[in-house]
Amino acid sequence: MEKQTVHAFTGTAEQESQLKEVIKQHHDQPGGLMPVLQGAQEIYGYLPIEVQQMIADGLNISLSEVYGVATFYSQFSLTPKGKNRISVCLGTACYVKGADKVLEAVENKLGIKSGECTEDGLFSLDSTRCVGACGLAPVMLVNDEVYGKMTPEQVDKIIDKYAKAGDAQ
Amino acid sequence: MMTIEQLNKIRDAKRDLVMVRKLIKEQGEEMAKHTGYKKQVLVCGGTGCTSSGSHKVIDTLEKSLKEHGLENDILVVRTGCFGLCALGPIMIVYPEGCFYSQMTPEHVERIVEEHLRDGNVVKEYLYQETVHSDGSILSLNETAFYKKQMRVALRNCGVIDPEQIEEYIAVDGYQALAKVVTSMTGDEVIDEVTKSGLRGRGGGGFPTGRKWAFAKASESDIKYVCCNADEGDPGAFMDRSILEGDPHCVIEAMAIAGYSIGAQKGYVYVRAEYPIAVKRLQIAVDQAREYGLLGEHIFGTDFSFDIEIRLGAGAFVCGEETALMTSIEGHRGEPRPRPPFPAVKGLFDKPTILNNVETNANIAQIILKGADWFSSIGTEKSKGTKVFALGGKITNVGLVEIPMGTTLREIVEEIGGGIPNGKKFKAAQTGGPSGGCIPASHLDTPIDYDSLIALGSMMGSGGLIILDEDTCMVDISKFYLDFTVDESCGKCTPCRIGTKRLNQLLEKITEGKGEMEDLEKIEELAKHMKSSSLCALGQSAPNPVLSTLNYFRDEYLAHIQDKKCPAGVCKKLMRYEIKPDLCKGCTLCARNCPANAITGKVREPHVIDQNKCIKCGVCMQNCKFNAIEKN
Repeated sequence: MEKQTVHAFTGTAEQESQLKEVIKQHHDQPGGLMPVLQGAQEIYGYLPIEVQQMIADGLNISLSEVYGVATFYSQFSLTPKGKNRISVCLGTACYVKGADKVLEAVENKLGIKSGECTEDGLFSLDSTRCVGACGLAPVMLVNDEVYGKMTPEQVDKIIDKYAKAGDAQ
Repeated sequence: MMTIEQLNKIRDAKRDLVMVRKLIKEQGEEMAKHTGYKKQVLVCGGTGCTSSGSHKVIDTLEKSLKEHGLENDILVVRTGCFGLCALGPIMIVYPEGCFYSQMTPEHVERIVEEHLRDGNVVKEYLYQETVHSDGSILSLNETAFYKKQMRVALRNCGVIDPEQIEEYIAVDGYQALAKVVTSMTGDEVIDEVTKSGLRGRGGGGFPTGRKWAFAKASESDIKYVCCNADEGDPGAFMDRSILEGDPHCVIEAMAIAGYSIGAQKGYVYVRAEYPIAVKRLQIAVDQAREYGLLGEHIFGTDFSFDIEIRLGAGAFVCGEETALMTSIEGHRGEPRPRPPFPAVKGLFDKPTILNNVETNANIAQIILKGADWFSSIGTEKSKGTKVFALGGKITNVGLVEIPMGTTLREIVEEIGGGIPNGKKFKAAQTGGPSGGCIPASHLDTPIDYDSLIALGSMMGSGGLIILDEDTCMVDISKFYLDFTVDESCGKCTPCRIGTKRLNQLLEKITEGKGEMEDLEKIEELAKHMKSSSLCALGQSAPNPVLSTLNYFRDEYLAHIQDKKCPAGVCKKLMRYEIKPDLCKGCTLCARNCPANAITGKVREPHVIDQNKCIKCGVCMQNCKFNAIEKN
């Protein structure tokens, strides 16, 4: 088994009160767990076990049920994401136009695999299913910025741009 | 509360403003006089064009119009998708109907000055297909891309501003709902939909009217209408475009469905990955409530209906109807065995109908224009039109809507503009991970639900990916299996284990370790998965493999017997080699090789160590003497 890094939970009181507000909002709604998890991920950036426990207590359901739903859907992440979230679209239209080579170039550049985060926490990498910008295939997203008609050669420059912006801070 | 008179009043007041965008040239110019605007500039605000920067185009446009004092004469409209996503950002100027493509903020400034202010069209920025060699300009509808299309579901996409309910009302929006609740019974509505021959556009092709009739027949005080907007097929984006470009048509159709089966509540289950669609849908629902078109006593009748939006969270299986309902209920999105069918026991155990977005987009038109009109379009068993998301190795990537029965050749060669870079067509993939590949020999097949199934594929939700000679058919099957392995929910064994095993067999073949008996194993396994999986995901997961095995068996054989990938895609079967007679020993390849696999002395031929080579091809790209070959 590979060693997994355990990230210490760093939630603030303010985040907790935001979460309680979200729970209150969906408490009586049938099937409210999904919207609560979506809200929680927006607040914390991911869903650590501490947050899942708060949701379970707040909605009066078992932690295992919360965990079951959180791990079923690919949108939910149990580990923190990088400061810059890179996603390479691996939908069919992008794939036949060489998205796998773009993904490989990003993996080589960052030294991480899809689904991982760099040690300095600056970048995380995911492969996503179709983002629907098939006219621009292959497509890569950095945070919410879309980079279309990508080639493996362009990867270096784009990532350097974000790395530099990170250094400056 | 809204009355029909008020609805008509809004329609009549706004009608000319919107109709200018449907007519062109002389007729349009005459009509434009009544609208208060000299010109209208439509800019696509769909996901495709937004990704290529249409928001910057709109900002520049508005700023520039102000600078020239034109903001009161020229109306800027942010619409949904025009369809030709490859050429985005797209901008159309009416009443001339000038189609500008690949806009940048710099282009916009020049167009504002020369065209919008001085009246001279900037021809060099127009979509070149619309400019004749003699300098005259074609209208959009006369181009090869649009000529063979017929827009029913997409009728308002790229025409109206989706965030303005009054623009939808201007094109007869909510007239069908008004007609239904004030003058028809539920059974009459269902009869009309049944007679139209409309079949579900989400993939299954089940007759929509029959589905509604089953739910109507179920006794219950509470029933639900759901809309499936969890468009999971990678490469399909028609539902997203409809929600982004014409969200009210979905709301109206759901209300009509609710009226006919006796439901008061609707859910739209939409992908969270579609932020623009979610936002516009929410705006549309809010506006419909504000205008009294959702809520209590619609058009003063006893009918009440409201809609709630639920976001998916990235699970392909939730496109399956029972899984979608389980997900709305807040659980892991696993499918349930059927029967009981959702029409009897669906969402929260109540009778439920689920229709796809594109199916809904047809409903209002069927009510207004009649079942006979709708059933006059298409083939004997597949009526109406179908929207396809055309993608992959094709010139005109985008959204096309064609009457059922159009041939694949017409779509690829005429509407799609053929294969770019002089490559040869190899296959068309329809139906995504549940569908199959159609080879060149069947290009003349008229497309409908039944003909595609006969070819071993399926209509699916409408993804149409074109593959050229550079695509390896074994690799593409493996691509889809990778997808289904990831997306299988794990509830039933045939799908959970079957997809994994199938993928391993394909991996073995693409790595050059395949044996002839593996093909038999694939066929045997596929048969069991088809017959014993719980839901359509597992039942259809073997389709991509079976169809490629059927039409491209020689490629599988080349991988297994000759250990070669004819398309040059499968890395493990590739070898890069340096031709000693051409190599000058410049060391460029050795210096660029990321794996340090190339050795040799300066000015002497180099050698690639095959054990170290990662087949990245960097050496070949860098070599100035063409001394490296790929086998």
